[in-house]
Amino acid sequence: MRELIAERLKGVTAKPLFTAGKMTAAQKIGIALLVAAVIVAPILFQGFGQLFMIRIIAVIGLYIILALGLNIVVGYAGLLDFGRIAFYAVGAYVAMWVGIPLAGLLGETLEGWSYFLVLPIGGLVACVVGLLLGLPVMRLRGDYLAIVTLGFGEIVRICLTNNIFGITNGAAGLPGSGDSLAAPAGLAWLRRNVHFTIGNNFEFTFTSNIYWYFVIFALVALSILVIRNLDNSRLGRSWAAVREDEVAAQAMGVNTTVAKLYAFVIGAFFGGIAGVTFSYFQAFVSPESFTFLESVLVLAIVVIGGMGSIPGVIFGALAIQGIPEFIRGFASAGWFGNLSAETVSAISNYRYLVFGALMVFMMAVRPQGLIPQTRRARELLGEYDAIDGHELDAREPGDRANSTRGRA
Amino acid sequence: MTSHLMEARGATIRFGGLTAVDNVDMYVDVGEIVALIGPNGAGKTTYFNMLTGIYKPTEGDILFNGASIVGKAPHVIARQGISRTFQNIRLFPALSAIENVMIGRHMRTKTGALGALFKTPPARKEEQQIQADAEKWLAFVGLSGVANELASSLPYGAQRRLEIARALATEPQLICLDEPAAGMNPQETAELNLLVGRIRDAGVTVFLIEHDMKVVMEIAERIYVLDFGKLIAQGTPREVQNNPAVIEAYLGLGADALMAKHLDEGGDDA
Ligand SMILES: Nc1ncnc2c1ncn2[C@@H]1O[C@H](COP(=O)(O)OP(=O)(O)O)[C@@H](O)[C@H]1O
Ligand SMILES: [Mg+2]
Repeated sequence: MRELIAERLKGVTAKPLFTAGKMTAAQKIGIALLVAAVIVAPILFQGFGQLFMIRIIAVIGLYIILALGLNIVVGYAGLLDFGRIAFYAVGAYVAMWVGIPLAGLLGETLEGWSYFLVLPIGGLVACVVGLLLGLPVMRLRGDYLAIVTLGFGEIVRICLTNNIFGITNGAAGLPGSGDSLAAPAGLAWLRRNVHFTIGNNFEFTFTSNIYWYFVIFALVALSILVIRNLDNSRLGRSWAAVREDEVAAQAMGVNTTVAKLYAFVIGAFFGGIAGVTFSYFQAFVSPESFTFLESVLVLAIVVIGGMGSIPGVIFGALAIQGIPEFIRGFASAGWFGNLSAETVSAISNYRYLVFGALMVFMMAVRPQGLIPQTRRARELLGEYDAIDGHELDAREPGDRANSTRGRA
Repeated sequence: MTSHLMEARGATIRFGGLTAVDNVDMYVDVGEIVALIGPNGAGKTTYFNMLTGIYKPTEGDILFNGASIVGKAPHVIARQGISRTFQNIRLFPALSAIENVMIGRHMRTKTGALGALFKTPPARKEEQQIQADAEKWLAFVGLSGVANELASSLPYGAQRRLEIARALATEPQLICLDEPAAGMNPQETAELNLLVGRIRDAGVTVFLIEHDMKVVMEIAERIYVLDFGKLIAQGTPREVQNNPAVIEAYLGLGADALMAKHLDEGGDDA
């Protein structure tokens, strides 16, 4: 058993704590290349006329933000959440409810800034919803939270579909006829002024998709920067404590309910801002974007990528949201010959089957995920063995009879 | 009003038909080293669990600094100044030794979510202070050299000392040690006894559980003896050692037989 664990821990070197946040030169170069690729990619795709790729990558970006938020809940605090997409929905609908009237208030010259004002509003509304949902359930055991969040996700979707309070426009979605979200500030100018051609095959024009692509990846970068700070922080440590031993955490004065609530609420914020951006990016929202399967997808990104690990989340989003979409995109762009629309959608729906199998496989072979966080990997691979009881210091009442005392 | 640091009045807890702690009165004063001893299953750990809020007494009251702590959550009691270690070591196994101690600083520090997310200057400063304090407590228990080792990879004796460092990092008024010497060899036990003295000298009152009587005789100033949940004796080590009820509880033999055994072993300090 010990050897097995040692075997699995290979490649999971225990970094000393205070260097954990510092990067090696190779890592820095890797990140610089990644950033460069993210910036250049849409320009190339636009120039060469592969427009669908820009949308696909932008959506991957949204899923990265969603999964980064869920990663705080699942990876850092160790809570299971099956209803993550509800916060995405909250952000998306808040964008419509607040963004449209706000643009009207701001008037023609300022309406372009409505998105940037709605963004934090959507995040904060999601936080409040997270708080209201979390308050009653955080005291309960983990499995209950999973069930409650699952139910919550479904309730939100059903409310949206049934046009609750008459404000969601039911399955038809928002905005209703005649309304629309304001184009973001600067887009008109960029559209007019940024276009160029290189040779005969490359023609670049700035589009709304490119605008949102860059907004989304700016949000991804900002999210990563702040979430990284949690790792070696007072709050991040309290989550590790709660995850590893709740009784000991309480004995150290950690209010475990509050610690979990923090994770839940901060996680909800990222769901909310992703939702707002999604709404503006699509210019349209409807309940079908917020199904249970989407929640599962986000959870799969976190679990398969590596719980608690930011690179893991990025990689997970690429693999789970990206690959099927790329395949579908290429298929509908005719790269694989002339496929019918049904075949194309069947291909992309088979992903759930593949993910199911992949999840089972991962849990069996690599429970720490593809790119695990060191600490999480240690927990999942059961270094616990070295320390005895995780039960309360209690034995069965009958135990006393067996105790080693020589009472006659 | 009471002048005791901790005082239990008629503390009782039942689990179904079993009365694990039965109508216990005891107190600990500031600056003392008090031991709670008794055979396995006597209810010592259960008493600690009541004192630290893990269990709620079925009857009776427990006062700390004159105010009842019954029904308060464990983290609230910890914040009021009672810290503890566990008989079955409960470190955070996948964290390093220093991180374990840093969690002990949690309740005495205050960086919130925004400070953590944005690494504000006050948050950075506090983080450095947390680290410095944790290093200090690691040094106090003699574990400076293994600060970055995983808690679970430390030898058993070191794990016990790490738990003490983590408890001390919470700046308790009262530290409750549940069988700190269990599993230690004689040399480690001797070192532990010195450590307990230094903890008291640092201004922390010590309340410790031990089931091996010999270990506490040297360090405890007062001793309570539990048996089957009942307090059967209390007093100085000398008084307790010679108490027939204690001898009976420990050996299940008549006192005469005990004397005979005692003499056999060549120990005669009566
Ligand atoms: N949560 C519980 N449920 C039922 N019985 C318990 C519980 N906790 C402790 N006990 C019982 O209380 C008695 C005292 O146990 P304990 O306090 O652990 O003894 P010790 O003096 O060895 O520390 C034992 O008989 C034990 O089985
Ligand atoms: Mg015990």
